[in-house]
Parts: sequence; C-alpha cells; structure tokens
Amino acid sequence: MFDTLSDRLQGALGGVRGSARLEDEAISRAMREIRLALLEADVNLNVVKEFVAQVRERALGAEVTKSLTPGQEVVRIVHEELTALMGAGSSKLAVAPSPPTVILLAGLQGSGKTTAAAKLALLLRNEGRKPGLVAADLQRPAAIDQLEQLGRQIQVPVYREDTSDPVGAVRAGLQRARAEQRDVVIVDTAGRLQIDEPLMEELGAVRREARPTNVLLVLDAMTGQEAVNVAQTFQERVAFDGVVLTKLDGDARGGAALSVKAVTGKPIKLVSVGEKLDQLEYFHPDRMASRILGMGDVLSLIEKAEAAVEEDEQQAMEERLRKGQFTFDDFLSAQRMLRRMGPLQGVLKLIPGLGSQLKGVDIDEAQLRRVEAIVLSMTPQERRLPHVINGSRRQRIARGSGTTVQQVNQLLESRKQMEKLMKQMGKGKMPTLPGQLDLGAPQAPGPNGGSRSKSKKKKRSKARR
Amino acid sequence: MTRTWSELLGDADGRRETEDEQRGFFGRLRDSLTKSRRALTGELAAAAFDPADDAAWERLEEALIGADVGVRATAELVRRLEARGVAGDLAGPLAEEIADLLGEPATLGVAARPSVILVVGVNGTGKTTTIGKLAQKLRQHDRSVLLAAADTFRAAAEEQLEIWARRADADFVGSERGADPAAVAYDALERAAAGAHDVVIVDTAGRLHTQANLMDELAKVRRVIAGKLDGAPHETLLVVDATTGQNGLQQARLFGDAVGVTGVALTKLDGSAKGGIAVAIAYELGLPMKLVGVGEALDDLRPFHAPDFARALVAG
Ligand SMILES: Nc1nc2c(ncn2[C@@H]2O[C@H](COP(=O)(O)OP(=O)(O)O)[C@@H](O)[C@H]2O)c(=O)[nH]1
Ligand SMILES: Nc1nc2c(ncn2[C@@H]2O[C@H](COP(=O)(O)OP(=O)(O)O)[C@@H](O)[C@H]2O)c(=O)[nH]1
Ligand SMILES: [Mg+2]
Ligand SMILES: [Mg+2]
Repeated sequence: MFDTLSDRLQGALGGVRGSARLEDEAISRAMREIRLALLEADVNLNVVKEFVAQVRERALGAEVTKSLTPGQEVVRIVHEELTALMGAGSSKLAVAPSPPTVILLAGLQGSGKTTAAAKLALLLRNEGRKPGLVAADLQRPAAIDQLEQLGRQIQVPVYREDTSDPVGAVRAGLQRARAEQRDVVIVDTAGRLQIDEPLMEELGAVRREARPTNVLLVLDAMTGQEAVNVAQTFQERVAFDGVVLTKLDGDARGGAALSVKAVTGKPIKLVSVGEKLDQLEYFHPDRMASRILGMGDVLSLIEKAEAAVEEDEQQAMEERLRKGQFTFDDFLSAQRMLRRMGPLQGVLKLIPGLGSQLKGVDIDEAQLRRVEAIVLSMTPQERRLPHVINGSRRQRIARGSGTTVQQVNQLLESRKQMEKLMKQMGKGKMPTLPGQLDLGAPQAPGPNGGSRSKSKKKKRSKARR
Repeated sequence: MTRTWSELLGDADGRRETEDEQRGFFGRLRDSLTKSRRALTGELAAAAFDPADDAAWERLEEALIGADVGVRATAELVRRLEARGVAGDLAGPLAEEIADLLGEPATLGVAARPSVILVVGVNGTGKTTTIGKLAQKLRQHDRSVLLAAADTFRAAAEEQLEIWARRADADFVGSERGADPAAVAYDALERAAAGAHDVVIVDTAGRLHTQANLMDELAKVRRVIAGKLDGAPHETLLVVDATTGQNGLQQARLFGDAVGVTGVALTKLDGSAKGGIAVAIAYELGLPMKLVGVGEALDDLRPFHAPDFARALVAG
C-alpha cells in the first residue's frame, strides 16, 4: 500500500535534521506529495489546490524546528493548518430558548441518518434530556420500523403517522412530542439525492414545518469527490448548521469532511464510529487532520503523548505502581491518558512496524468506553478499595453503567491480574495499560491466523458490534 | 446499443427487452431533465485537445481524479492516451480507453438450478434494494426466486427485504434479529433443495471491511453455502455506492480476500457522482462490473455496459 506521507516527504525533502530553512524548490516537491496524499484521501480537487497554496505560503522560509527534519516540519505545518481549518466553528448543538429543541437530519440515501437519529437521542438522554424521535422517512421500505425498533432499544418514544406526506408526519410528530413534554425532538428524514428536485423541494417544506434549531447533514466518511456538490446543494436548499460524519470506524481517510468544511464553512459536530447506538462522539479536529493526512509516524505519537500525559499525573501513578498498588482510580487515569492520545487504533498505528501488523486486529473502543462507564459507577471508596465490592454492589454498578454483572466481574478480575502483574514487575517501567488487558480489547491474531479459540469467537460474535 | 438482461443472464433466446430497457441507463440519464451531471468533456474542452499543451493534460488528469477514478487508474489512462497520440477529439478515445480498463462484458452466473447469489458490501450501499430489483428481473426472465434475509443485525432489515420480495413476486426466508446469518442461508438452501427455486439470493448485513470478526462471520456464511451445495455460491456480488471515493478499492480488495467476490453492482448512479471508482476497481483488481443501480424503484437496475458507462462518464 501507500507509503506514509512522512516517508514520502522524507524522500522529497531529505532527512537531514535541523537544516535551517525550507526552500522554494524543496517546498514545491513537498507540496506535490501533499496534494497526492490529500487526493488519495478523497479531498476535493479544488479544495486541495486552495489548501496547498495556503500551506505553501506559510511553509516558505519557515524555520525548521531543531529536533525535526524538513519533512517532519512540513508535516507539522500541514497538520496545524488542517486542524485549524477543520476546527473552526462550534461543534456544539444549538439549544432552543423555549423547548423543544428540534434537530433535523438530512442526507443522501444510506448515509446513516436513521442510525444517527437514534444515537443522538441516546447521547442526549444520557446528558439528562428527554428526547423524542419523529419518523419522517416515508420512502424507504421499513424505514419507520427501523426507527421504531431503535427507539425501543433506547427507550425513546418514536412518533409515527400513517400518511404519505412527510410534512404532515412532522407536524403531527412535533405536536405529540410537545404534548409529552419532550425537550429535544429529532426528525429522521428520507435519503435523497441533491439533484432530485422534487425531493429537495419536499425537504425544504419539511424544514419549514419543523422550524429546526439544528439542521445536520449526515455524511458518509467514505464519500468521494462529489461530497462538495452534495454539501453545496444541501446548504443552498436547507441551510444546514453542521455535519454528522458517519462510518468513521472503517479505514476511510475521510477527506470528504475537509471538502465539506471548506466549501460550506459548516463545522463537523459529531462523528459516528460504529453501528452500536452508543458509538457517536463529539468531533476532534486534530484527530481528523491526522487521519486525512494518513500520518503514521513517531513524530506525532511523541507530540500527542507529550501533550496527553501530564508529568505529575504520570509520576504519581508510577509511584503507586512501584508499591504494587493498582486501584480503579489508576485504572481510570491510565485509560484516560490513553484515550486522550486519540482513537486507540490510530495511536497504535503510529508505532513503526505495528501499523501493518494491526491489520485485522479489532480494537474495540466501545469496550474501553464500557470499562470507563463501569469504573465511573463505583463510589470513590470502591475505586480505592476494590475488595469491598460485593454481590449487591456489583449489581448496582452494572445497573448504573448500563452493563451486566458479568462484565463488571470481568473488569474486577482484570484489575486483580493487573495488580499482580505490577507486583511482579516491581520497580521501574510504565506498566501495561488497561487497554492491553484481555477485556476483549486489542488482540493480535495468533500465529496461524484463524486460531482464535472457538468459544471466544462465539462470545465475540454474540456481543457483536 | 446496450447490454440486455438476456445477455447478462446468459439466456440465448430470452425475453425481449422493453423499449425503456433497451435505451439503457445512459439514455435514461440523458433524458432526465433534473439531472445536473456535469460532463467531463465540458470541463476539458475536449473538442480541441492539444497534446503539446501541458495544461491540457493536467486538466484531463484533474477531471478524472474529480470523477473518483483515482491516481493510479488516471495515470494509466493518461499513459494510454499519450501512446495513442490523441489530438483534437479526446472524448472518443478517452471513453474507449475507460471501457477497455473496465474489461469484457460479464455474465451473471445463474445457469445452474438452483444458483446462489451472495450479496455483500459495506453499510448502506444498496444491497437489499439491489436484491429486490434483481429478483424482479429474474422473475421476468422466467426464474423462480427465493430471497434469504441473512442480515440479522440491522433493525428492520428483514422487514425491508420482505417488502421487496413481495414487490418482486419472490419467495422469502425470514430470520430473527440477532440470529446466526449462516443458519439463515442454510435454511434458504434447504428450502431451495426441494426444487421449486431457480435462484436463491442471500442478503447480508452491511459491514466495514476492516471489521475482522464480521468478515469472519461473512466467510462462514459463504462456507456454509459452499458446503451445502456444490458450486455455490455461483455469484458473490459486492455492492458499491457510486458516491464512494478511493475507499472503494479497499472494500473490493478485502471483501475479495474474505469471500471471493465475482462481480460488482454499482448503485446510486442516478446521483451526480460519476462512479469513477468502478474504473479503479476494475483496473487494479480486475473485478468485473455486472449491474448498475439507477434509482430506488423496482425497475431501476441495469446490466452494466462498459461503453455506455464510459460514455456517460466522459460526456455526462
Ligand atoms: N460501521 C458503521 N455503520 C454505520 C454507521 N452509521 C450507520 N451505519 C450503518 O449504515 C447503514 C445505513 O444506515 P441508516 O441509518 O439506515 O442510513 P439512512 O439510510 O441514512 O437512514 C446501516 O447498516 C447502519 O447500521 C457507523 O458509524 N459505522
Ligand atoms: N438513488 C438511489 N438510491 C438507492 C439505490 N440503491 C439503493 N438506494 C437507497 O439507498 C439506501 C440504502 O439501501 P439499502 O438497500 O437499504 O442498503 P443496504 O444497507 O446495503 O442493504 C436506501 O434508501 C435505498 O433506497 C440507487 O441505485 N439509487
Ligand atoms: Mg433512514
Ligand atoms: Mg440491507
């Protein structure tokens, strides 16, 4: 596959450390590489041209930081510019001054609107709101069933109407949501092509009826060059406020996100990273910038690690570890350090040589999030003195974290193992972080590929996604 | 001229095509007034291509990249056009070269009775819809069809396929949500073994090609089908959304590794995306394109015809 961008830049600029300034010709060579990398990431051609021109200007004559090679310096500049561009604008959802806050989702067919509607409802419910869902996709077969099943799963009411008129469905749905005092209403609409005049007209009418506080364009991260035209037309017709970027759990570089941001100025608000309903996250521009660039290099690992792990936090932990203590508080802070470095898969990919080995390895971020939820459901005493966690406490913790007692047990067992490990390790090094314990989290395939044990496999596929 | 269903299905003297079918998707697209596809050639001023002008070559490259053809297939096309010594008219030679990269006309493996078609792809590309449309075409060409709902994951996936089965006048094997998809496929083959069905089409849950456990699950579905019936699955169709960018290549590669894809259905070509990723997939992986989806209605499926597709890509 492709070499990483920084490898190629190294080729273009030479790997000599600390060679003063970035010169014209070297920059031109580097910019060609960047252009190619962005095109391979599906950033729109015109956006690429503009962006490269802008970066070029900034890079010209820039001083190379002492510890970096010119290639790395260029990566740094590009990454910074990209992050700034992606990060402009608020990623917060607007709240209506008098409830309900209405959120309208729109986009192409199959982009992930219905799933995103349910996920958003869950996210908002977990933030203490009372969401409701309105089914206004009357086009796709069984679309309403789909939303209803998802609504049931998360215990959020779904308002449906027996009509073929989405405007009527929205009117009725909003009425019922108001009557039931829902403070957020999410409207799921049918997918449509931006060049389908009647359906775009219909969407306009739905928007006028719904008077949404937020209109969100749901965009598939795998979208190619057309993303620009899609976004521009949706922008003209329904003036969306932000983007939900979906299917980011795959390996798409997601350049479409940059294209859409560049041509509409609208921020990415949320990213969807899986099919499970808790897999919706707020947007992090720096992670997205790294992803689009495909920067697999140590430089950024070091930078990220430095930024993430605050010295004293680390020292305090090491101190306790040396004494062979490993409480759930340590567990939590270790996990958070890890998480702050970015999506786990991304971080591990940064380690040279590991990227290719990671192919086919599942790193289940949701599982990590579950671990965090479990620890957060413990009392401070329980975190410090895990042995007090008896049967009834376990049940309470499971309920509070939305997990099962079994999962809680598993975590308790992991901590024990970890503590044992710490004791054996005695003085010195940073220990294995929780993500690497067997919580069903990262797992390298065995030497002969499919040799993961049968029973384990069964469990995994049951707890699928 | 376009490719007929009888040709695609390998029926020597099959049913005559309707006029609408004969016009093919290219004609339909051209007719449709709401479409705002911008022609590549418009962007290129192809009528007066000057090979001595570097900027003209650059515009060509950019137009191809802008159509999602990708960097490598674009380079190959440029190389071929250079070798041909194009001058003046670019549109004709370009369409020819694109068609050439797309390869020979393919057929759909439905000769065996029963034949099994396994349909796979990432989430939301149009698998279930394509199956519904294909079932109707097969019915029109005198096949009895059984649809199997082996997407046991997505909410209401079963209900959706059942509605399509009714529309297409096909039989249907259902499933419980959360059931083992391989077991559903097995049930369907069991039912077809009674001899009443010519073609079994197995719908599967969308999955990203990077999800190892889900790809394993899919490989198991395939193994169960192969174990149950010699020579099955006769087709493993990968459904690719025409709006997809360069990730489409990776999809084709990894689904190919996991379940041995035999052909591609390119959907949503009624949109403004030009579907250039098909060229990249055909060129880099040699996978044949077999079907194109051009809308959400029952009739909106066409046999893939490379010259048509290439002309539509170049001329809008
Ligand atoms: N892997 C993955 N699949 C997703 C994500 N979001 C949605 N999907 C899947 O994409 C498909 C289409 O989603 P759906 O919500 O029905 O799209 P809609 O047609 O826009 O309403 C379904 O199979 C979803 O499960 C995501 O973030 N990651
Ligand atoms: N415009 C258009 N929409 C399509 C086409 N094929 C499928 N769709 C739509 O894409 C969405 C996802 O299709 P579906 O068959 O459920 O995808 P699956 O998740 O792969 O099974 C639905 O809204 C379909 O109506 C097509 O060729 N053109
Ligand atoms: Mg939907
Ligand atoms: Mg489906």
